[in-house]
Amino acid sequence: MRGLVLPRGYPMKVHEYQAKSILAEFGVPVPRGKLASNPKEVFSAAQELGTPVIIKAQVHAGGRGKAGGIQLAHTPAEAEAAATKMFGKKLSTYQTAGSAITIRRVLVEQAVQIDKELYLSVVLDRSCSKPVIMSSTEGGVEIEEVAARTPHKIYKEWADPLVGLMSFQARRMAMNLDTDKNVVKQLGGVISSAFKAFMISDASLVEINPLVITKDGKVIAVDAKMGFDDSALYRHETIAQMRDSAEEDPLEEQARTAGLSFVRLDGSIGCVVNGAGLAMATMDMVKHFGGEPANFLDIGGSSSPDKVLTAMRILLSDPKVGAVLFNIFGGITRCDDVAEGMVRALNELDEKPPIIVRLTGTNEDEGRRILESNGISVGSSMEDAVKHAVSVVKGGEES
Amino acid sequence: MSILVDSETRVLVQGITGRDGAFHTEKMIAYGTNVVAGVTPGKGGLTIHDVPVFNSVAKAVEQTKPTCSVIYVPAPLAPDAMLEAADADIPLIICISEGIPALDMVKVKAFLRAKGVRFVGPNCPGVISPGQCKVGIMPADIHMSGDVGVVSRSGTLTYEVVASLTAAGMGQSTCLGIGGDPVIGTTFLDTLELFEADTDTSAVVMIGEIGGNDEERAAEYIRESMTKPVVSFIAGRTAPPGKRMGHAGAIISGASGTAEGKVKALENAGVPVARVPAEIPTLLHSLRSR
Repeated sequence: MRGLVLPRGYPMKVHEYQAKSILAEFGVPVPRGKLASNPKEVFSAAQELGTPVIIKAQVHAGGRGKAGGIQLAHTPAEAEAAATKMFGKKLSTYQTAGSAITIRRVLVEQAVQIDKELYLSVVLDRSCSKPVIMSSTEGGVEIEEVAARTPHKIYKEWADPLVGLMSFQARRMAMNLDTDKNVVKQLGGVISSAFKAFMISDASLVEINPLVITKDGKVIAVDAKMGFDDSALYRHETIAQMRDSAEEDPLEEQARTAGLSFVRLDGSIGCVVNGAGLAMATMDMVKHFGGEPANFLDIGGSSSPDKVLTAMRILLSDPKVGAVLFNIFGGITRCDDVAEGMVRALNELDEKPPIIVRLTGTNEDEGRRILESNGISVGSSMEDAVKHAVSVVKGGEES
Repeated sequence: MSILVDSETRVLVQGITGRDGAFHTEKMIAYGTNVVAGVTPGKGGLTIHDVPVFNSVAKAVEQTKPTCSVIYVPAPLAPDAMLEAADADIPLIICISEGIPALDMVKVKAFLRAKGVRFVGPNCPGVISPGQCKVGIMPADIHMSGDVGVVSRSGTLTYEVVASLTAAGMGQSTCLGIGGDPVIGTTFLDTLELFEADTDTSAVVMIGEIGGNDEERAAEYIRESMTKPVVSFIAGRTAPPGKRMGHAGAIISGASGTAEGKVKALENAGVPVARVPAEIPTLLHSLRSR
C-alpha cells in the first residue's frame, strides 16, 4: 500500500551518500565508499577501495535493488562494466510512481560480509508529539510487511522531549536486537547516534535498513535514508545545499521556489486555491461533480499578485489543463491581490484557457471590480464554480 | 456562551508591532476584543492602536493582567514567545505563526504541558466566540452568534463552512482552528470535551483532513462519551496515492490517516460525514430535528 500525498510540510529528501555522511558525523559507522559520476571514476574507486564493491544508484526513490540499481562487482573492470550499464539508465521502481528517474551518480562502496540484517529508524510520532525510535531484527526487507504480519518484532522507544533518549532505553533496545555483548554495545551507540542526528539536524526521518552485523561482529549502516523538516532548513545551511533539484518534478520545484505548495495530478481542471484544507476540499468537489483535478495548489496566506502569476504559469505549462478554477476565500489573502495577479497573467500569456473564478472574503468588491472590468465574470459559491468548471471541460472534450 | 474565549477575555498580543500583528490587533479591537497589552522586545513604551507595548511578557502581565496571549511573531522566534508566555503563567496561548520547525514544537509542547497551560495552534486562524471576542485572523463578518461549535484543522475551509452555517441561519458558540501542523497544542478530542461541557453549545461541526489519527481518536470519544450531535467533513478524500519517502511514517500511524479510515471511524460513531461542505447545514438540521 502506498501512502497519501500529504500537502502540509514536504520533507526535503537527500541521497543515500549524503545521509550516510551526516550519520557518520554523529558516529554511525558506514562502509568506506566513493561517489562516482562516470564508469572511469567507478573503476578507480573500486581499485582504491579494494574489491568486492557494491555499486549503488543515487536516486531518491526506494526499491532500487529490485529495479537493478544495486550491483555487486568482484573486480574494478567488472565494476566499470556494471556502471556503464547503469549510467543514463532510466530507473523505474514501485516508488517512482510510474515515471522513471535517470541515474547520474553512483556510490561505490566496500562490500561487507553480512551475518544479520537489522532495521532502525527515528521519526516523529505525531499522536503523542514525541520522537520514536523503532527497530527490528527483520531488516533488509519491506518493514511495512514486518509491521503488519509480526508487529511484536518491532521494538519502539519514545524519547522524552526535554531529556532526550536515555542511555538505558538505547541499551534496552540493543539487547532486544542481539545477545552478543560486544554487538549490543555497538548497537546502543548506533541507536543513540541516530537519535542525535535526527534531533540536531531537524530531520523528519532517519532510516537505516539494513543495519548490518558483519561476520566479524561489527555493526555498520549499509543503507540509509534521511528527510528534513522544510521549516527548519533556514538553520541548516549545509543540509539545505544538499537538495538535488534534478530529482524533483520541475514544476513542483518551480512552485516551491515561489512559495507555493503544488502537487501535479493527472486531470484537466487546474485549481488555484488559498489554504491547504480548502484546496483539498476543492479537488474533492471537482471529483464529486465528475471532473478530474490537474493539481493540488495552495497559494498560501499573504498572496501577492506575483505568486498568482507564477501559479498561472505553472498550471498553463501543463497541456492537459483545459480550464483553470480559482477558489479564493479571502482572510489574510486579499481578493484584489489575487485579481490583479490574474489580470497580469492573462495579459502576459498567449494561451488563454477558460477561467472560472470564485472570489469571496477580504476586499471582495475591489477584486470583483478588477476582474469584471477585464471581462472575467466572478461567482461567489464554491459549488457553482466547480460545477461550471466541470461543464466547461466536458464541453471541450465533446467538441 | 462559548469555550476558551468570551467577553471577559483580556488579550495580550505578542509581536504587536509587526506587520501582521499590528493589522490584526486593529481588526480584533474593531470586533470588540479587549486587547490589554502588546509585547515586542525593544519596543516597550510605544502605543499601538491605543494599546501599551511592553518589552517582556512578565512586565505586561504585571501591569495589565492578560488571560490570553496571541502570537504573531515570525516562526524562528515563535517558540520562544510561547515559552515566555507560559513562564509568565498566562493560561491560554493562541499561536497564529506558521512554519515553526516540528522539533521545536515538541519541546514547547512538553514545557507548556508541564506548566498546565492550554495552547491552540500553531499555524492556525485562531479562536472566535461570535459577538464576544475574536482572537486571530479570521474574517469577522461571516460569523453569527449561536449554539453550534465549530472545530477545524484548516483555515479557509473553516471560513467556507462557517459562512454556509451563517447563511443557513445557524449561529456559532465558538469557532476554532486547531492548526494543520504535525505537533499542535489542542486536538479535536480536547475541543470536543470542551464543547460537550459547554452549556451553550448544543451541536458541533468537526472539519478534518487526511493525515494523522486525531479524527479517529475524536470518533472514539464521540462514540463512547459525547451526548451532543456532531457532523463532520473530511478534506482530501480524493488525494491520490504517491510520493512520499521511507516507510517509518506509515508504520507509526498504522492504517489510520486515510480519508476512508476517518470517514468510516466517524460513521461508526454515528457522525454523518458531508460529501461537500455545503451539505453540512442540512445534515446538522436533520440531526437536530430528530
